Amino acid sequence: MTELIKYTAAETASAIANGEVSAVEVAQAHLDRIDAVDKKVNAFLHVDTEGALAAARKVDDKRAKGERLSPLAGVPLALKDVFTTRGIPTTCGSKMLEGWIPPYDATLTRRLKDADVVILGKTNMDEFAMGSSTENSAYGPTGNPWDLTRIPGGSGGGSAAALAAFEAPLAIGTDTGGSIRQPGAVTGTVGVKPTYGAVSRYGLVAFSSSLDQGGPCARTVLDAALLHEAIAGHDPLDSTSIDAPVPAVVEAAKMRDIRGMRIGIVKEFAGEGYQAGVMQRFNETVELLRELGAEVVEVSCPSFTLALPAYYLIAPSECSSNLARFDAMRYGLRVGDDGTRSAEQVTALTREAGFGDEVKRRIILGTYALSSGYYDAYYGSAQKVRTLISRDFDAAFAGVDVLISPTTPTTAFPIGERADDPMAMYLADLCTIPSNLAGNAAMSLPCGLAPEDNLPVGLQIIAPAMADDRLYRVGGTVEAALNDKWGHTLLEEAPAL
Amino acid sequence: MPGITREEVAHLARLSRLELQAEELDHFAEQLDVIIGAVARVSEVAGQDVPPTSHPLPLSNVMRADEVRQSLTPEQALSGAPASEDQRFRVPQILGED
Repeated sequence: MTELIKYTAAETASAIANGEVSAVEVAQAHLDRIDAVDKKVNAFLHVDTEGALAAARKVDDKRAKGERLSPLAGVPLALKDVFTTRGIPTTCGSKMLEGWIPPYDATLTRRLKDADVVILGKTNMDEFAMGSSTENSAYGPTGNPWDLTRIPGGSGGGSAAALAAFEAPLAIGTDTGGSIRQPGAVTGTVGVKPTYGAVSRYGLVAFSSSLDQGGPCARTVLDAALLHEAIAGHDPLDSTSIDAPVPAVVEAAKMRDIRGMRIGIVKEFAGEGYQAGVMQRFNETVELLRELGAEVVEVSCPSFTLALPAYYLIAPSECSSNLARFDAMRYGLRVGDDGTRSAEQVTALTREAGFGDEVKRRIILGTYALSSGYYDAYYGSAQKVRTLISRDFDAAFAGVDVLISPTTPTTAFPIGERADDPMAMYLADLCTIPSNLAGNAAMSLPCGLAPEDNLPVGLQIIAPAMADDRLYRVGGTVEAALNDKWGHTLLEEAPAL
Repeated sequence: MPGITREEVAHLARLSRLELQAEELDHFAEQLDVIIGAVARVSEVAGQDVPPTSHPLPLSNVMRADEVRQSLTPEQALSGAPASEDQRFRVPQILGED
């Protein structure tokens, strides 16, 4: 029975559909696992035992009645605590929202429930999704299951750690600058940032609205594809939702054939700051892609070197505006309302008490970048850089089908190492940010362990907007070839918790 | 490109409704100075004739049909309020004494 937690989502769904196991047994096995290991990992902020078992019972009832089950019926999932869940706390990793119970479901939450996915609980994250290590959570850091003294990435470290610790076979993340892909890379799991607008943002607590994108996290490429299909699609409640068919990602994940595909290596993502073992595994993967029949060439995207600076002006600018809603008046924390203070004073005292350091830094930075004297030099220039980056992508995709790079320059770093050095922390997202600025699709999947520290290395694949299926075609093929080579999946090498 | 001073950070914090402590001001001013020094590189393109991109999708004025629909009840809308009274949000004093 303990092996139930090792099943992929696809295997779990099929075992439930075939009656080999009940959805309640699957849910209970994962709840037991959470009970056994999450004190060490701290992946979950809230575990919804009752709700999970009720959702599982519903699946078992449907099966008993002979009703048709959806492709992920009964599969447990860990939901990043940035999506609203009706009746279940949603904190965004912040004291500002401690104890807040949303009165409505995010569209993504609703779709998961409609697909009979079993939501186990809400996962830990950097406060309001700002960070690359999950250390900015007001509820303590999450440990990386490969080494609990190291970061699991961020902001979606809880979701990635839940997968790597076998607490859930599926998870949801959000990716504003790499918050799905970078945690995926450093935990040896798969994470996908779909094309901007593919997954509804309704009920996703906003950080940087022109960059935020929800997406699937899983242990296999096929599982990510199954989850992608369940959550993507047009939503009239999100004005930036794409009104077009979802690319056939599940079909692509099963193709296992990349012969004739053209793949470009982003030349700018190498050199100083890139760990030797990361580059070694990346270069081996490039050779593997060639052996699998792809044509691999080097391409240059010169504007990418300005992506990080542009991001750290655009994201804080949008954040300073979005987080103005936390005013202590309508929901969330209120501090200092003793009858003598004005609403404005109460707002300022509450925001001081409720926000952590990184959120405060970004609000101040964004307010600075948007102020009249600096707007043209900073925010205006960052928007021009955004255009240049899109042009670089367009030029590259005129010659290749997908681009590849390491997902992160280094493997997981120790908790505390970069906690008070914002610029060092920001470098973790160097390779992932361009796709957010351009709004295209990108995936990270494991491509080995770095020899010097035995920690996972991520391969990033980038596809043009609306061509998310290419990620799954390349990712599924590489994954199968690597598992063949190793004789097992990478996560089987992770130490026991 | 000039850096940022402690006084500027204090002013920005006031604009952002953040009642920062003195030691926070010192610390943030130092860190923000480093960050701004690093991101200022974007101004390399300031003079270039490049149109700005504010959003990855070329959308404008996406509207829904103007129809009456069910929404949150007053009780649901007020369920997270720090204070409420008579189906309204109760807030601290907004206007001055005079």
